[in-house]
Amino acid sequence: MSTFAYTRFELRRTFRNRRFLIFALGFPLVLYFITAGPNRDEANLNGSGISAPVYFMVGMAAWGTMMSMLSTGARISGERAVGWNRQLRITPLSSRSYLATKIATAYATALLALVTMYVAGAILGVRLDAGRWIEMSVLILIGLIPFAALGILIGHLLSTDSIGPAMGGGVGLLGIVSGIWFPLDKGSFLHDIGEQLPSYWLVQAGHVGIGGDGWPAHGWIVLGVWTVVLGSLAARAYRRDTGRQ
Amino acid sequence: MSSTTTPDRRPGRTGAAPPPGSPAPGIVLAGLAKAFRTPQGPVHAVRGVEIAIEPGETVALLGPNGAGKSTTIEMLLGLTVPDSGTASVFGRTPNAAVDAGLIGAMLQTGALIREVKVRELVAMMAALYPAPLDVDEVLELTGLAEIAGHWTHKLSGGQTQRVRFAIALVSNPDLLILDEPTVAMDVEGRHAFWTTMRAFAARGKTIVFATHYLEEADEFADRVVLMAKGRVVADGPTTEIKAIVGLRTIKATLPGADLAALGRLPGVTGSDRRGDAVVLSCGDSDVAIRALLAAYPDARDIEISGAGLEQAFLQLTGDHHDDQTTTEVAR
Repeated sequence: MSTFAYTRFELRRTFRNRRFLIFALGFPLVLYFITAGPNRDEANLNGSGISAPVYFMVGMAAWGTMMSMLSTGARISGERAVGWNRQLRITPLSSRSYLATKIATAYATALLALVTMYVAGAILGVRLDAGRWIEMSVLILIGLIPFAALGILIGHLLSTDSIGPAMGGGVGLLGIVSGIWFPLDKGSFLHDIGEQLPSYWLVQAGHVGIGGDGWPAHGWIVLGVWTVVLGSLAARAYRRDTGRQ
Repeated sequence: MSSTTTPDRRPGRTGAAPPPGSPAPGIVLAGLAKAFRTPQGPVHAVRGVEIAIEPGETVALLGPNGAGKSTTIEMLLGLTVPDSGTASVFGRTPNAAVDAGLIGAMLQTGALIREVKVRELVAMMAALYPAPLDVDEVLELTGLAEIAGHWTHKLSGGQTQRVRFAIALVSNPDLLILDEPTVAMDVEGRHAFWTTMRAFAARGKTIVFATHYLEEADEFADRVVLMAKGRVVADGPTTEIKAIVGLRTIKATLPGADLAALGRLPGVTGSDRRGDAVVLSCGDSDVAIRALLAAYPDARDIEISGAGLEQAFLQLTGDHHDDQTTTEVAR
């Protein structure tokens, strides 16, 4: 009951936030039409074997969903700045409900970002089988798990002043080594780094939709390790920040 | 800290667990201490606070800034873990009492979150508690009904404070804790606030509030706990605190009198001049008035008055050395 009320409250609040809507939904959308629009007939982007509208749809979806998940951190940080976490801390709302709500809200925003990019892709002529859309979406949602933890971690670690630049810069860098903005040559240094990061596999999840296979064992391991590491760091940051056991 | 520095050890107020069959235990703070590390070295915010509060009491924590009121309240709420000592609320730990929805609180600092309207915020907080008050009733009581549809980030300071009060009140707690609740309120808001508080207290609720407004403590609390430098320096009904100090002043018109000589009169602790009049602070005004009239038979327009809480407060918390604490206050 209380978790439901709190989640509904958080969702309503989140979708009212114009800055969030602009950064997590608007930016990827605009960038997509700028990058993919002029090359919509390019069937083999930089020799990747993938058409430009599909390549950038997948990339922008990864970017938008990542930003959505990390926006949780911006919201938590803002709440801490005004002492709202302390106010919640002296209500019967449990840590479990609090964190569940934060994660559910993050996923709701990520889902919206994802659907937005799918629609944009469809507008630029992307056509896939229903099965492919679903498989791709499921893998992306799984690939976002480490980012749910990362959002909570930075929210309890960073101040409102630093979290914006940290998110923007961090996701920008992740984007480069993960092949969000442009394809990386297999075997290149950046590609090797990328393969060890969850964001790389998020982009790869998108490529499944275009005829690739699911994640290899390496991808699952990378995601699993990052989930465990970021999850325990997030739990620690949350406990230290709130004094909860 | 030694027991001489802990005033008001009345039977039944403090001590061990209540005997079987006695009413539910209230709030017990036992030997609470908390220090904070700072670059200038540790700051001992609270140094061994002992307070026991019966259910249904309205208690004011009175003291200047830095007295340790807020830190004491944070330990009572479970927001701060004490270095030593324990806090218990209705027989539970503070965290357990919070989880059970027994405590509602208005913290000293804190703004409201954005992107939400007043009523939505109050309603969401109500939904977190097992037996909340009716949201519209609370909005009415706290004078928020007319701005229920306003955004929280467009409120004035006084309105924000009222919303924070509404949040504490809507939880319908058995223990309501307010840390300097009226600081940002205007006179009218303050009046409305205390009217609401009286009504809430009349339901048998326990209320603990911190304030540095002497009038508020005097007027609204059954009992005043006076704090200074992390310690309780006096604890009792407001009238009792005044009696403990026993401060009276004698004012008399006495042109040209020697202040130093007046100050040496028996029973007099201090002397001051206001125009033609002199004002004598007295430890024992009966002795002092006899001595005054004997020495200065021409003294006229004599007034003897009891000191307000203000003066009691100054006397108790004025120059308060660490070891010479409250023996003169404790009985």
